[in-house]
Amino acid sequence: MRDLLSINDLTKDDALEILDTAVQLSALSDSSNRKFPTLRGRTVVNLFFEDSTRTRISFEAAAKRLSADVINFSAKGSSVSKGESLKDTALTLQAMGADAVIIRHGSSGAPAQLARKRWIDGAVINAGDGTHEHPTQALLDAFTIRRHLKKDQGDLAGLKIAVVGDVLHSRVARSNVLLLQKLGATVVLVAPPTLLPVGVEHWGAQVSFAIDDVIAECDAVMMLRVQKERMEDLFFPSEREYARNFGLNAARIAEMKESAIVMHPGPMNRGLEITAEGADSKRSVIVEQVANGVSVRMAVLYLLIGGATSRDLAAQIGDQS
Amino acid sequence: MNSWLIKNARDLQGKDVDLAVANGQIVHVKELHHQYSELDAKGLTLMPGLVDLHTHLREPGREDAETVFTASQAAVAGGYTAISAMPNTLPVADTAGVVEQVYRLGKSHGLCDVFPIGAVTVGQKGEQLAELVAMNQSEARVRIFSDDGYCVADPLVMRRALEYVKLFDGVVAQHAQDPRLTENAQMNEGEVSARLGLKGWPAVAEEAIIARDILLAEHVNSRLHICHLTTAGGVELVRQAKLRGVKVTAEVTPHHLLLTDEMAATYDATYKVNPPLRTESDVQALRRGLADGTIDIVATDHAPHPQEAKDCEWSAAAFGMLGLETAFSICYLAIVKSGLLSLADLWQRMSIAPAKLARYENHGELTVGRTANFVLVDLNKSWKVDAGALKSKSKNTPYDGMELPAVVEKTFHNGVLVYDRENQGREGA
Amino acid sequence: MSVVLNAAEIARALRRIAHEILEKNHGSSEVILLGIPTRGVVIAQRLAQEILGIENAAVALGTLDITMYRDDLRMRAPRPLTPTQLPKTGIDAKHVVLVDDVFFSGRTVRAALDALTELGRPKTVQLAVLIDRGHRELPIRADFVGKNIPTAKAESVKVNLSEIDGSDEVKIEGRSM
Ligand SMILES: [Zn+2]
Repeated sequence: MRDLLSINDLTKDDALEILDTAVQLSALSDSSNRKFPTLRGRTVVNLFFEDSTRTRISFEAAAKRLSADVINFSAKGSSVSKGESLKDTALTLQAMGADAVIIRHGSSGAPAQLARKRWIDGAVINAGDGTHEHPTQALLDAFTIRRHLKKDQGDLAGLKIAVVGDVLHSRVARSNVLLLQKLGATVVLVAPPTLLPVGVEHWGAQVSFAIDDVIAECDAVMMLRVQKERMEDLFFPSEREYARNFGLNAARIAEMKESAIVMHPGPMNRGLEITAEGADSKRSVIVEQVANGVSVRMAVLYLLIGGATSRDLAAQIGDQS
Repeated sequence: MNSWLIKNARDLQGKDVDLAVANGQIVHVKELHHQYSELDAKGLTLMPGLVDLHTHLREPGREDAETVFTASQAAVAGGYTAISAMPNTLPVADTAGVVEQVYRLGKSHGLCDVFPIGAVTVGQKGEQLAELVAMNQSEARVRIFSDDGYCVADPLVMRRALEYVKLFDGVVAQHAQDPRLTENAQMNEGEVSARLGLKGWPAVAEEAIIARDILLAEHVNSRLHICHLTTAGGVELVRQAKLRGVKVTAEVTPHHLLLTDEMAATYDATYKVNPPLRTESDVQALRRGLADGTIDIVATDHAPHPQEAKDCEWSAAAFGMLGLETAFSICYLAIVKSGLLSLADLWQRMSIAPAKLARYENHGELTVGRTANFVLVDLNKSWKVDAGALKSKSKNTPYDGMELPAVVEKTFHNGVLVYDRENQGREGA
Repeated sequence: MSVVLNAAEIARALRRIAHEILEKNHGSSEVILLGIPTRGVVIAQRLAQEILGIENAAVALGTLDITMYRDDLRMRAPRPLTPTQLPKTGIDAKHVVLVDDVFFSGRTVRAALDALTELGRPKTVQLAVLIDRGHRELPIRADFVGKNIPTAKAESVKVNLSEIDGSDEVKIEGRSM
């Protein structure tokens, strides 16, 4: 594994290795904010073309706990926004010798281009690209589900997980559908037809238009953020109508299995896709997801650049000749 | 003067043929003056020059991407003796002045005929008809009008344009794309776009406009041409309209005959094109449509872009790919080698039919007395596409590195050898 | 390939180390055995068994994964992590005995000492190994050694333990006989 661009880059074993590694790391980090010397001398760049304080901080914490040098490069608002700038930025980072570039970009496929065109030698980690994927979010979601429902062991076979809301525009949903199914879970997508992509029938997931039809049989319910601007693009008529039909409220939570958990990738629109009771209920693992995010991202960084990287190998070959 | 005796060539049917050229025209061999060049064309196939009705030359305005000169060089290297300059330049070719400028540029370079296409509406804004008659009566004698790049979306504007071009037997070439259904669209809407998270450009956005325009053309009894058909549904709409006797014609690009939306999975913006690459079943429907005559012609939609417009995020990249230099080889591969059409039938759709459609009198035929616009092609050889070696100023070809069949060896325009693959150093300039 | 310790000899060596640990630390009450994965964990368990037999008291037992502290991470693909498990009491003010199978360059122990630093402040840290094969690259010595086996650097020492390998045996590979 050289880059993490899409869940499709991972085999089931790769994904389990990341989760298992994250389990060990979270056990070690539990007591204190322990720091490991593992990535000392490695440079990790947070390249964020889009604002996302939570994801950036999570990656930053992960990298720092592994003693990596972290450079935050916020490209938003600067002259960097379109066109060849992605390439120019990448070449700059290459000159700085980045071992890993964590990229968040508004354009689907930007991390893939960074990696594929090999403008940089370092590992490319997709921290969310357009409406494509957000693999580390899916990994931390799977980690959270496995911790609660599988005692940190094995895969997610036998579990049914609902992903509710704006599937069409959600990179979190795309990565989760791929990963949860790879790990053996059954995924049911719940959304109004306007917010489901054309071709969703090829995703292997079940589809439902009614949250009430599926909520009682699910082991986890993952609520997706719904942007209010979607209303202007006619995806749904009003916030009230959306909340009534697809929001997670106290009545729906009451229908859930005893063991079932409520998840949200954040940031939440309280009152739209989730009510305050939903967000704060005892089933909610939303706060835990944040902590798990650091462990999972540490695991990804360790597995990508903790051992010998292609840069190291190239350097060794260089030494020999 | 340029007098030639081309010997030992084969014609489209594979029969041996000699061709005599004098003063830019095809003559009887016995009419040749004593001073002529003899050319042994053994093993080569002799055909009328290709005619393209959909070319983006970028001049005036985007000379960094292409110029009339470089596009002409690319054209003759691809076997074209006539190309048609789409009006989406800076400024837009919506007046007699601009179309005459482009026409004269083409003429001054003298490599091939450059026939401007006029904009349908002022500034291609889709609101007010441009002065179509003035463009038609200009030196450029514009016969085709199109807002290509944009759709003439307003049904009333489209109706008026269709009616108005009847004044001079013109034709409106529609870029069929419903703008509301394709806002910020990036690629074909379907399984692949859903997977890649790229905003979809649904087939229905093309077909809805085609259906509407067919009905409008039928209603006002005028000539409609559908640019770059890409969907199976669109082919069917045109097929049904033709059965009803509607005066509709349609074109398909080489890339839509070969490539599918799966190419987008690389996020390589070279494959970003408008209308987008569709699915395999669309490709098959387009091939069948071209074979059965539903689709009248092949047009390149040659769309050069500088490297920086492609070497970037998919959503920031420009739409379009090169076509002129690879068109014949791609069509030969997709249509002739696959057994759908004979060579003669393919040539009909790349030369004769477009010349007729556009009323380009000097193209598409090789009989005594006609202008000597023809090419010599080696069908037994293949060539490896090298983007860097293309004549076009831009390099955005999706076929870089591919081995393609059929090599254009020589192109003659008005009886002059304007492209000679063997002696590339000498021609052009 | 030659066998340098058989099952009985391994058992004898471990029993002796167990006695030495108890002697040095005046019993087992303040001792924590920390096995270094993979075979150090098994050896620590066996030492605990021996101590239980001698003292009739359970000694505190744990595992210490040192992967994240290794200085040779970049020489090869990333290694999988194994659990670090400490007794509930923690390691502060205890006599921590690190347990490993083969003592070689000393780099593993160096990494273990770094890992321990993050986990607390033991009173003493001691080292118990089944085999000391020499070739130290750091100023580290073992407190308890099952057997000293002089080796050439190119040779490799292979410790087999029945829990993992099906039988008890220490072999030297790459030795010309
Ligand atoms: Zn067009």
